Amino acid sequence: MKYESQKIAFAYFLTAMLLFIVQVSGGLLAGWIYISPNTLSELLPFNIVRMLHTNALIVWLLVGFFGAAYFIVPEEAGREIHSTKIAYYQLAILVLGTLGAVVTYVFDLFQGNILLGKDGREFLEQPLWVKMGIVVAALMFLYNISMTVLAGKKTAITTVLLIGLWGIAIFFLFAFYNPHNLSLDKMYWWYVVHLWVEGVWELVMASILAYLMLKLTGVDREIVEKWLYVIVGTALFSGILGTGHHYYWIGTPGYWQWIGSVFSTLEIIPFFLMMVFSFVMVWKGRRDHPNKAALLWSLGCTVLAFFGAGVWGFLHTLHGVNYYTHGTQITAAHGHLAFFGAYVSLNLAIFTYAFPMLKNRDPYNQVLNMASFWLMAGGMAFMTFVLTFAGTIQTHLQRVLGQYYMEVQDQLALFYYMRFGAGVAVVIGALLFVFATLVPRREIISAGRTTALNPAE
Amino acid sequence: MRDDLEIRPAEGERDILSELPGELMMWVLIASELLVFGAALIVCLAVRAIDPVKYAADQAMLDQTAGAINTLVLVTSGFCAAVAVRSREREERRKARLWLGAAGALGIVFLIVKGFEYASKASLGIGIETSQFFTFYYLITGFHALHVVAGIVVLALVAWADSVRNMEAAVAFWHMVDLVWVLLFPIIYVLR
Repeated sequence: MKYESQKIAFAYFLTAMLLFIVQVSGGLLAGWIYISPNTLSELLPFNIVRMLHTNALIVWLLVGFFGAAYFIVPEEAGREIHSTKIAYYQLAILVLGTLGAVVTYVFDLFQGNILLGKDGREFLEQPLWVKMGIVVAALMFLYNISMTVLAGKKTAITTVLLIGLWGIAIFFLFAFYNPHNLSLDKMYWWYVVHLWVEGVWELVMASILAYLMLKLTGVDREIVEKWLYVIVGTALFSGILGTGHHYYWIGTPGYWQWIGSVFSTLEIIPFFLMMVFSFVMVWKGRRDHPNKAALLWSLGCTVLAFFGAGVWGFLHTLHGVNYYTHGTQITAAHGHLAFFGAYVSLNLAIFTYAFPMLKNRDPYNQVLNMASFWLMAGGMAFMTFVLTFAGTIQTHLQRVLGQYYMEVQDQLALFYYMRFGAGVAVVIGALLFVFATLVPRREIISAGRTTALNPAE
Repeated sequence: MRDDLEIRPAEGERDILSELPGELMMWVLIASELLVFGAALIVCLAVRAIDPVKYAADQAMLDQTAGAINTLVLVTSGFCAAVAVRSREREERRKARLWLGAAGALGIVFLIVKGFEYASKASLGIGIETSQFFTFYYLITGFHALHVVAGIVVLALVAWADSVRNMEAAVAFWHMVDLVWVLLFPIIYVLR
């Protein structure tokens, strides 16, 4: 670590990891409610648990992105962050907003109040004042990062990162626009939801990945940048009109079915390219970086993102298929592996890379960290498979044969048990990850070894 | 600090991508566009295979003459653009600009003819929701027409910022627009 202000990332990453644990615990609880539906039904109903699970996910990923930007930008721009103070105030606002949202959700405070009560739109349930806080925090962040980049060296990585982060803020503004017409409501809602995760977040992902590849493999910057541009180009080309795959059944004109099907099919390309990119860089690379765990997370990220976002996304993106699978467990399967592969793994990769430097130690507890990767990745893959089977059966019984929803749910019980088991593995993996990154242990992986089973003392 | 090592690729390691004329990103765009138009045309043919009678009846309502004229217009425009790049490479910048102007002007002619076609369809009450065939007709030709508009703007831009590299990239895009029409015209207008 060259710059003092990179330390800001430490506070962000810690916050993110804490919320990560909250998120997966919420997921585990929700998974249990699928098995035993009356659990906490009065105290903490399923819809609230689900909100905590999804909201915590988004918030911790964003906090992780912010932290990653604070870590990466000084090194890329070749100067300290414009203002450390603003960065910490920004985090304080985000934490306050998060706590406010959680308290509002759990105790259902101020119901119906336009400013203080929770909002009804899925994933955008945050009370209005929290949304405003998010915008203020985002503006502080963008000001801080943009000033740093403008005053320093501009690299492709920082440019793409900045475009992505600005895009996140701009598209979030549609969260404030909620027309009465339900079709229009959904249309703009997807501007936030889709254009985030299948648009600008991909830019953030590609740039952080490019940074990691640059550092971990030592491949020439020029080559990394060329890949980055191609990935970003294909991501935007496919992702923007790919929004159409959400416009099949919300009351928009029928031609969206074709625009959505064709463009969203191409969304697999940037994810495929990111996977090829990371592996080609490792093959070409001539650097034996000691942080093997960070490399494992980076490679795992691109592979799981390709399968979760790319393959599992394509699985139900064509409107002829989606007509039957829409909103079944197929969607849940895709959602879990896509988020875990693309954005969770990416965050954990940059945490794993940065923590040894932030704490000024050699890479440590790598074996444990790598074990946590396999536990989480394995658990998530298993969960994806069982939910896919559940979704296939659900689609057939419910949508093809026309059985009742709850009747079908009974048929899926076995899969929900297995999903819970997979969830337990993921939560244990997450706890292991936090332990591995926070608790020091001197340990260096001997150079040249590809597997980490035998750490040299 | 270990992280500061920058290791260059071995000597003589060639980068195939850098041998492309013009801009790499333009080729990425062109490949992506061809994928989209290709997919749309294939689906269109699938729609035809499912209900050939209805498809043929709708297709018969298209103005093949206008389509044929536009094919000539666009191919000629592509020729002008190609000559422009030749001229620019010989440092005849004024001549290059004139050829680009001709290419752009023919692009506008294309749009006018297309406009008449759309207007006559609209006067018959035919729209994008009329039938599967017309959904594809409007989607594919509409997207294509938007690319013609974009292409004219890009040609104008490189007539102004007229480096060889810029011009190559813009003309490559224009040829793509051309090529898409040449694929689209037989499939949508002619094929019985």
